[in-house]
Amino acid sequence: MSFVEYSDCIQDGDVAIVYLGHESMTPVKVKRGAQTQTRYGVIRHSTDLIGQRYGSKVTCSKGGWVYVLHPTPELWTVNLPHRTQILYTTDIATITMMLELKPGSVVCESGTGSGSLSHAILRTIAPTGHLHTVEFHQQRSEKVLEEFKEHRVDHLVTVRNQDACKDGFGVTGVADAVFLDIPSPWEAVRHAKAAMKKSGGRVCSFSPCIEQVQKTCEAFSDQGFEDITSIEVLLRVHDVRTVYLPLPDFGPDPSAQIQPDSTITPPQNHASIAVKTTIPPRDVQGHTGYLTFATKPRTQL
Amino acid sequence: MGDTVDDDSLYTIKEGDYVVLKRGDVFKAVQIQTKKKVVFEKQWFFLDNAVGQLYSTTFELASGGILQPRKPKDPECSTDTKGAGTDNRNIQDDGKSQKLTRDDIETLKEQGLKGQEIIQQLIDNSSTFKDKTEYAQDKYIKKKKKKYENIVTILKPSCRILAMMYHGREPGKICHLRYDTLAQMLTLANIHANSKVLVFETCAGLVLGSVMERMGGFGSVIQMYPGGGPVRAGVESFGFPAHFHDMLHEFPICHLNALIAGTLDTTAKDLSADLKESDMAAEVKTEAEVKTEAEVKTEAEQKGSPEEQSMETNSGAHESLVPKKEEEEEKRREAKAQEKKVKQEEKRKKLAAAASLLEGRDADGLVIASRFNPCPVLMALLKFLSPSRPFVVYSQYKECLIECYTKLKEQGGTVNLKLTDYWLRHYQVLPNRTHPVLLMSGGGGYLLSGTTVAAERSKPAASRRDEEPAAKRQKVTETEG
Repeated sequence: MSFVEYSDCIQDGDVAIVYLGHESMTPVKVKRGAQTQTRYGVIRHSTDLIGQRYGSKVTCSKGGWVYVLHPTPELWTVNLPHRTQILYTTDIATITMMLELKPGSVVCESGTGSGSLSHAILRTIAPTGHLHTVEFHQQRSEKVLEEFKEHRVDHLVTVRNQDACKDGFGVTGVADAVFLDIPSPWEAVRHAKAAMKKSGGRVCSFSPCIEQVQKTCEAFSDQGFEDITSIEVLLRVHDVRTVYLPLPDFGPDPSAQIQPDSTITPPQNHASIAVKTTIPPRDVQGHTGYLTFATKPRTQL
Repeated sequence: MGDTVDDDSLYTIKEGDYVVLKRGDVFKAVQIQTKKKVVFEKQWFFLDNAVGQLYSTTFELASGGILQPRKPKDPECSTDTKGAGTDNRNIQDDGKSQKLTRDDIETLKEQGLKGQEIIQQLIDNSSTFKDKTEYAQDKYIKKKKKKYENIVTILKPSCRILAMMYHGREPGKICHLRYDTLAQMLTLANIHANSKVLVFETCAGLVLGSVMERMGGFGSVIQMYPGGGPVRAGVESFGFPAHFHDMLHEFPICHLNALIAGTLDTTAKDLSADLKESDMAAEVKTEAEVKTEAEVKTEAEQKGSPEEQSMETNSGAHESLVPKKEEEEEKRREAKAQEKKVKQEEKRKKLAAAASLLEGRDADGLVIASRFNPCPVLMALLKFLSPSRPFVVYSQYKECLIECYTKLKEQGGTVNLKLTDYWLRHYQVLPNRTHPVLLMSGGGGYLLSGTTVAAERSKPAASRRDEEPAAKRQKVTETEG
């Protein structure tokens, strides 16, 4: 198992995602001899997990069953321990495409936060790219590095414990793309520019507040960035349901009675019809943040 | 490690390169061919001068359709404005504010004035410009710039640019798949290097190309294609290096039933036998054809009726040529047959290669985006995925995906099913004028995504399963019919 390459079977030391049922999952560090408690009973790692194929059904001690899934950055995003506010898949997908990430890309990121985006970046830039991620909170930077090791992606990433606004990204002229998710991104724009390749590249800033966007756009413009665009993407979930719509009783229809041969079926038999449709969840995320993208043009030396 | 080479030669435009032309928000994918006229935004020009320049260079259009690299740091925002009004209370729309006529402007253009200079002329000759607010002036200049600045930027193609281009220019060709929806698909399907991905699309090759870009030439992509041959115009536009095509395989969906049933014959031995047979048939046929042709001719010659005699000079000339011609013809036929044979052999080999990739039923991802009814396609192709692998289906219509969802729920074998669409809004960000852009896309299509899991192992459950879907399938066909 690795977050950048699939394996077929679960091995000692893997991180697996236990699927407990509708939208309910939990990550498990697989360890010989260890046990995991679920609402369906105990999962014994040595017998129930190790050597089993990813995606197979595991019966727990109380007779209930779960599926064990191979980790992916998307599953990790919905299962990771939150140490900060995190980026979700909808924004991540947009960022990945708009930053033009692909295998071999060199990317700078700040802050690392809980590593939700970092894992997705690593998946996309592997096996030949590299991520330089900067986190000013020491404990968080240590914790995330530990996770990168557990997820076997640490060879693709350098974690730096510093302040991107003050000290930049620790690299110069190497990045194809820079991502900013910090409270005052405009203060890091010049560092972003310095970190990027002379031939140019793409940059993105994520901010929840429009005032931040305003300042960041000005900074991008001042630093000579081009094609500055701000967008917002929202996920809309459609829950599939069969709904039953009652039919009102219109009373006897005199015109229908003119034809005596027609057998009149009482309307009560068709008192409702079934419709397969979708409904929106009652509450949805109405805002995550604004995404501002820009292109750094080639800089003459 | 991180220090990759930032070599200019990587960014130089070469002849034969696939590039994207950009002007404002408009894109067009073209190939760099010298002496070839390109039409873009109602203007024609030649790309000859782009060769040897660097990507992302902006060119100015000179007379005769010649491109000239725009000098760096052109005085871009130096338009002279001279004061501004506070509001629009004094501005009348009487159609007389601009003193320059259309003809005047055309004359200016013919005199070779640059876009910037024409705009300055327009401002100088506008009676209301100085009364407009600063913001309105900004807007005016921006609008005129779009109209009179003859510039074009040449970009290196990418998934982002091509997806935006197709969506803007020819959405019908890509089933109205919006670029942000494509972005979601690539992420939800966990497309990455060193995996094996199945793609079924009728989006001009845009989806396939995007998948290939994300795999960076590592791993394998199998394009499951409908109809006579795979459509890949969009893939070309990506301008991938040659080795990217080594990971691309193709399998005709019309052989899928045979493959699933295990009756698809792609073994080399049977292949050649098959080929021989068909070739022999072809050869026999040609021989027969030749014979009949010859017969007809001799008959005509022998008859020698007055009518035919009048053509004698012709046929006489023919006669001497006939043996030679026939020989040539035969040679040509043989060569053609040989060529056909080679091509067929190649095709068979490709089919065999794709089939062997599929036979393991261990693909790592599945992406469907087509104009076909997605449900049968999804049901058929899901069989080829390993357990615990993501899949994503795009449709322009939600109802088709509801059907897929229902069927998957009945059948089992998948978890985390989600039916979604995406809402995309652009913002104008300007000092004191920040607001959403007035026009937004009404919809970008729908996605159904999920993860495969292993089929049931315990026997009683399995048998129950076998019966259940069968009954339901019947029901479905009933309602369909």
